[in-house]
Amino acid sequence: MHPILKIIAQRLALSTLLLLAASALIFAGTEILPGDVAQSILGQSATEQSLANLREELGLNEPAISRYFSWLGNALQGDLGIALTNGQQISESVGSRLKNTLFLAGWAAIISVPLAIFLGLLAVRYRDRWPDKLISAVTLTSISIPEFLIGYLLMYFIAVKLGWFSSVALINDNMSLLEKLNAIALPVMVLVLVVLAHMMRMTRAAILNVMQSAYIETAELKGLSGFNVIAKHAFPNAVAPIVNVVMLNLAYLVVGVVVVEVVFVYPGMGQYLVDHVSKRDVPVVQACGLIFAAVYIGLNMIADIVSILANPRLRHPK
Amino acid sequence: MTEPLLKVRNLKIGATVYPPDEKPHDIEIVHGVSFDLEPGKVLGLIGESGAGKSTIGLASMAYGRGGVMITGGEVWVNGRDILATSLSDIRSLRGGEVTYVSQSAAASFNPAKKIMEQVIEAAVSQGKLSKRDAEAKAVELFTKLGLPSPETIGNRYPHQVSGGQLQRCMTALALCPEPDLVVFDEPTTALDVTTQIDVLAAIKDAIRDTGVAALYITHDLAVVAQVSDDIMVLRQGETVEYGDTDQIINKPQEDYTKALVSVRSINHEEKQPSPSPVLSCQNITARYRGTNFDVLHNVSVDLHPGQTLAIVGESGSGKSTLARVITGLLPPSDGQIDFAGRKLTPDLAGRSIEDLRELQMIYQMADVAMNPRQTVGTIIGRPLEFYFGLRGAEKRKRINELLDEIEMGNGFIDRYPAELSGGQKQRVCIARSLAANPKVIICDEVTSALDPLVADGILKLLLDLQKREDVAYLFITHDLATVRAIADSIAVMHQGKVVRYGSKSEVLSPPFDDYTDLLLSSVPEMRLGWLEEVIANRKMESAGN
Amino acid sequence: MKNIPISAMIGLAFTGLYFLMAIFAPFIAPYGMAEIVGDVWEPSSSKYLLGTDSIGRDLLTRMIYGGRTTIWIATAATILSFTTGSILGFIAAVSGGWVDQVLSRFVDLIMSIPSLIFALVVLSVMPVTITVLIIVMGLLDSTRVFRLARAVAVDIAVMDYVEAARLRGEKIRWIIFREILPNALSPLVAEMGLRFIFMVLFVSTLSFLGLGVQPPQADWGGIVKENKEGIVYGIPAALAPAFAIATLSISVNLVADWVLNRTTSLKGGRG
Repeated sequence: MHPILKIIAQRLALSTLLLLAASALIFAGTEILPGDVAQSILGQSATEQSLANLREELGLNEPAISRYFSWLGNALQGDLGIALTNGQQISESVGSRLKNTLFLAGWAAIISVPLAIFLGLLAVRYRDRWPDKLISAVTLTSISIPEFLIGYLLMYFIAVKLGWFSSVALINDNMSLLEKLNAIALPVMVLVLVVLAHMMRMTRAAILNVMQSAYIETAELKGLSGFNVIAKHAFPNAVAPIVNVVMLNLAYLVVGVVVVEVVFVYPGMGQYLVDHVSKRDVPVVQACGLIFAAVYIGLNMIADIVSILANPRLRHPK
Repeated sequence: MTEPLLKVRNLKIGATVYPPDEKPHDIEIVHGVSFDLEPGKVLGLIGESGAGKSTIGLASMAYGRGGVMITGGEVWVNGRDILATSLSDIRSLRGGEVTYVSQSAAASFNPAKKIMEQVIEAAVSQGKLSKRDAEAKAVELFTKLGLPSPETIGNRYPHQVSGGQLQRCMTALALCPEPDLVVFDEPTTALDVTTQIDVLAAIKDAIRDTGVAALYITHDLAVVAQVSDDIMVLRQGETVEYGDTDQIINKPQEDYTKALVSVRSINHEEKQPSPSPVLSCQNITARYRGTNFDVLHNVSVDLHPGQTLAIVGESGSGKSTLARVITGLLPPSDGQIDFAGRKLTPDLAGRSIEDLRELQMIYQMADVAMNPRQTVGTIIGRPLEFYFGLRGAEKRKRINELLDEIEMGNGFIDRYPAELSGGQKQRVCIARSLAANPKVIICDEVTSALDPLVADGILKLLLDLQKREDVAYLFITHDLATVRAIADSIAVMHQGKVVRYGSKSEVLSPPFDDYTDLLLSSVPEMRLGWLEEVIANRKMESAGN
Repeated sequence: MKNIPISAMIGLAFTGLYFLMAIFAPFIAPYGMAEIVGDVWEPSSSKYLLGTDSIGRDLLTRMIYGGRTTIWIATAATILSFTTGSILGFIAAVSGGWVDQVLSRFVDLIMSIPSLIFALVVLSVMPVTITVLIIVMGLLDSTRVFRLARAVAVDIAVMDYVEAARLRGEKIRWIIFREILPNALSPLVAEMGLRFIFMVLFVSTLSFLGLGVQPPQADWGGIVKENKEGIVYGIPAALAPAFAIATLSISVNLVADWVLNRTTSLKGGRG
């Protein structure tokens, strides 16, 4: 077997292991702390008797370990349990919401990734001159303001004052793609702004790092044009760090989406999670936590694998 | 007389420096240098670090590294002033008329592309050769440079060939576009001495066969004497002496040049071994954790009180590993070490304060051997405090004595390492180890990072101190000239084994084993024609076998 | 300390101003923190410089007290995160072996879950008090400090001067406090600024989601939450914290940048 396949197989196994451990951590995080699910449902005023009955009913008297494994086993089969607040199957509610969230995050990614790479290249090309300084000032400002406030700023100035786009992003399956895009325009803008700043800064740093290598000097001393130096010598080596940056920031997007959904009342995973945290609906929180963690770990794994694939030393071993 | 290919007049080069806590400002690093280079000739630029030799080399391609810029003077290549020409002209000059070979081929090759692609790139993009012709030319150069399997080596990636081979590929890269001038910037400095001689011979042959002119930049006068027609000696951005090679080597005019020529001619009479060694390694075998091969096999050497044992070998010979074993950083898997009449525990943690005090160490890179946040006083004072409990005025007095011993004044006591020169840093490290009153000091390549004249000063100091303090040195080095200057006995190491061991006169006198012979004959000598002699001898020997 | 660049000066001045405001909030604020003084969402006037909020409290007063809460929580969480993270990081770097393995793998695990999500999971069962917030935020964030401190210390621990100290027979305390710490301080201090900003954003986000500081306590995230309904009617009260948070974090950023630049120039500088 090619050694690189072995490394990739190792990474896959490692990520699976990590996800398993993360699921245990999420379960433990809601388990060890004071109060339990029964207490959450019935509130502080519940009698001992009613608490005991409910605990019996929910199987809370079983040891935590066996409850963890049955929870995990069910989750692996797509059964995420039942929400305490409305008694519905969590998997059903999650299904459509996950789709909405991916729709929103997907569009944000489609716009921000190429834009970030382009701006990163621009900043490197005009390093320490005004385009670089302007880009860096704007991005510094936008990472200094929390996502939800950027959301309200855009909502106030664009939706309310200018009257463009709607201030809430309600979508449903009956809308056409264009209508949907119009509805999510503002939240997408917020996500793009936030992710763009991080992604562009890291892209700039990654390219600069490559541009300072001795082989770039060699290429310059071959008399190649500035464009050829970047395209033929810098780019092949910058791909891996850039993909890495993109993946890390997409993972960041996963978190950003939670807050932005709340701001724009968007029917996605984030709002679902936040709602049920306030209601102390533990099974929903666990399920959402698990899904977010899985996406996050998955993206990080892809970043890892891409950098392995892009490394010539691993691709062409001695 | 033919019109020179390269004509440099009153070249001035500046750079922007960024000192901490100060505004960035410009300084001049080359102050008006002039020289001529005729077609097919080789000019050696020689000097210590900071002499500006690489900067001048790159200026002949109108290139400034980092914040370096050419501030004055003229550089004429093939009859046109390249400092006054357009960017597109400069591009056709770079990689076409003038090419460059750097010190580190490993860093200068793009790791993501095959060697062949990079070797032919300049020739093809300049429109000098078609891709097919360039490839044929590259294979021809690979053959000429003595690379193994020249037909296929171009299909490999840079990390798939050895350092010496990659350096030759870099030479092929520079010669492929059939330039008029090649700038060689320390092309053999990073190589082991036995590899250096082959690469040097290959470069010299290639220069002769292609008739290209060259600027050969190095800090090693013995190397440059083998390849150049003329030599220019530089110091701190100024020309010290400029003449033909014979004159510079055999009849130097300036004191500085004379010093460079006579470097490492320290005479040291070897001492007779005493009956009982102070440090004795017996049958040491060692390997690093997590590896499955021994880095040291059955190594046995003795060091006698007040004497110097030199451990000589190339990179990977295990000489530095031996130091780690003796200091207890790497417990050996087998063997034992006796020190001052007692058995040393293999692991550092088990050693007594007395053991630690009497066995000191000096490192190759003085920069990183001293905590940058401590003053010279703290650095030298800590062992005094730690081992002898000295405090206050008493400690200060002793620090000043030690500073005197290393020939630095007591004005240095409150300085930080960053404010010292390379040689001064190494002296402070010597003072730190002397402060412990040791019986043995392990010196790990202590002079290899220094310029030759500075290194000479350090060696003289070490010899002086040995006479006065009666301290023994375990001197680890790859440099045979240093060994001649300082050793009483020598152990030659190769692939983790001691291949030759005895008193200096025994080890350095024939008959030699194969490896010692190779090693000894590879050390460049400061005379003309040495390279040809060695190569001819080796050819004869291999023909005889 | 001469030659402080102008950007760092501005940063230092604003950061100082915010901290002074936080400390002396009760003396500066024109009204009581929860005092209802006027109508709902009155526009700005000489009486109420920034207008009033969703239930008629003076917005400037709310902002000043809000800053006090936000800065206090962020500072406490940063200190907690820093002490835990850097001590564990140094220990991992210096001891190596299984101690390092256990600590590093555990940190990997915590960091495999986005910290906002993990905080939400934990806060779903914990009572939301300021102490709990500080502990949850501080401990979650200490993973990042751990990684940096460990990386910096590992870089320093392989330096010859640390080896020289070990060969001299120095104890681990000397090695950590005298050899490693002085050299690790600058990057850690710069990182501390960034962690502080992150804490401000983090606590604001949690409060905005209703899971941070609870009313009637004021904090910047909470002010947005209380006044967000006004946005659609064109009332910008909810946007006031945006300005405060942005200026505070940009100022701290400028200071951190300067500290970091000083470090790198020290490394590369030759004297």
